[in-house]
Amino acid sequence: MQKIIEARGICKKFGKTQALKDISFEVSEGEIFGFIGPDGAGKTTLFRIIATLLIPDEGTMEVMGLDSVSGYRELRKNIGYMPGRFSLYQDLSVEENLNFYATVFGTTLKENYDLIADIYSHIEPFKKRLAGKLSGGMKQKLALSCALIHKPGLLILDEPTTGVDAVSRAEFWGMLRNLRQHNITIIVSTPYMDEAMKCDRVALIQAGRILSVNQPDKIREQFTRKLFSVQAPEKYKLIHALRSYPGTVTAYPFGDSVHVTFRSDEFDNSLYEYLRGMGITNVVIHETRAGIEDRFLELMEKGTTAIDRG
Amino acid sequence: MKEAVISVKNLVKKFGNFTANDDLNFEVYEGEIFGFLGANGAGKTTAIRILSGLSAPTSGDVTVAGYNAKKQPEQIKKNIGYMCQKFSLYEDLTVKENIMLYGGIYGLKKALIRERTDLLLEKLNFREYGDRLISDLPLGLRQKLAFSVAVLHEPKIVFLDEPTGGVDPITRRQFWEMIYEAAGRGITVFVTTHYMDEAEYCDRISIMSEGKIVALDTPADLKKQYHAASVEEVFVKIARPGNN
Repeated sequence: MQKIIEARGICKKFGKTQALKDISFEVSEGEIFGFIGPDGAGKTTLFRIIATLLIPDEGTMEVMGLDSVSGYRELRKNIGYMPGRFSLYQDLSVEENLNFYATVFGTTLKENYDLIADIYSHIEPFKKRLAGKLSGGMKQKLALSCALIHKPGLLILDEPTTGVDAVSRAEFWGMLRNLRQHNITIIVSTPYMDEAMKCDRVALIQAGRILSVNQPDKIREQFTRKLFSVQAPEKYKLIHALRSYPGTVTAYPFGDSVHVTFRSDEFDNSLYEYLRGMGITNVVIHETRAGIEDRFLELMEKGTTAIDRG
Repeated sequence: MKEAVISVKNLVKKFGNFTANDDLNFEVYEGEIFGFLGANGAGKTTAIRILSGLSAPTSGDVTVAGYNAKKQPEQIKKNIGYMCQKFSLYEDLTVKENIMLYGGIYGLKKALIRERTDLLLEKLNFREYGDRLISDLPLGLRQKLAFSVAVLHEPKIVFLDEPTGGVDPITRRQFWEMIYEAAGRGITVFVTTHYMDEAEYCDRISIMSEGKIVALDTPADLKKQYHAASVEEVFVKIARPGNN
């Protein structure tokens, strides 16, 4: 399959801050490729380089066969970019914003209507409303429509779901999946680990480095130990008791339970006894499947150890 | 029986003809971690403004930390803490200056502020950061500090708005442990969030839709009730009118 993005050894510094460090990855045509990582991980910097808005200090970024630095003029015609902050004209109406972006790219709303119909239909009843007066979910749909209006080959979405409620987010991911039939490649960033599962492949990114690139299910399978979910009424006490148990490797709160790994990948009755000794009863333990966040935690810990060792 | 620190009876809030809160009824207990969820526009912000003494109910009986929301909003403000993910600390002030500022706003004596500053920096392993500007701190540390500052005056209740949005998974867990610890001390933690995996950490959650509370229970019981694998699934099923 054709490569839409090929990044090799990308580095970028801002003053003393190393925003990106030796970033390499590939994205194939038609993929929904996610960058998952916390604020400050370098997601936006990376997206700006892909979108030809920033020049890397080192490395090469090839997008749709063109170099992102020398080929920026051609590339910009074929990229749709939705920045993290709402960047449309608040004092223009929904319709005016769309027509403006269409005109800038030498097209019309009519020409590419079928591409955005699925998204735009939700806000079309409000097309005379000023963009600044739209709700969060509606702004997001308008921004996506504007980013798509020129039928780009690559759609770049920087944290499109931040601040949007869970219902609108579910709708949004549905719309992205529907865009597949139009053969648009999508890269999308999010700090929310659970959204990784909506992507074909993801890169986990932290402190300017890529920790892992794979299909979300494969990333989960790469968790190296057996993972157990432990529940008891007093969570705070439970976490500390589990950490002090000699057989424990890691113990982290995870929703209504504590996710624990053991040295031997097993536990026996001595654990229940140990917890009872610390005044914790009604303990429920079962093996569970690691999620993206579990694997992210594991990779972060390994990174810290590696750095600690110098 | 657990003591209710927030008690809401028949709360109605209208703006002109629009009913933002339509007969809300619920209680939140001492030391409880309570998740307050709802779609955009469901009326959450209106309710939180009332619970924090910033807005008066149109009708109904709202008691927060022992004070009446209509008659004693100033007393409520003194007995609650607030932290949101977007802004909580002044970036161009140092760590100590921020603590001093918030301590002063909540009327703590200087000596007490100094004492609690030392304690707080010690506890967070933060001593060398005391004279650094907030803007120079890594995001994870900022979040932890923001929470500590929000409970500096030992409020009865602390309101947290998307407290762990955007932080890395390790910091996030350290943050929840701080929340558990505060709850263990008897502070009630009132969490609003769009992120349903954050809701999974709460003792009980309520879900608002169109000005009403449409569900209120423990995450486990809600999942059971709606045959859902996650709070997210429950939310998508019931949070939007027409999805019922």
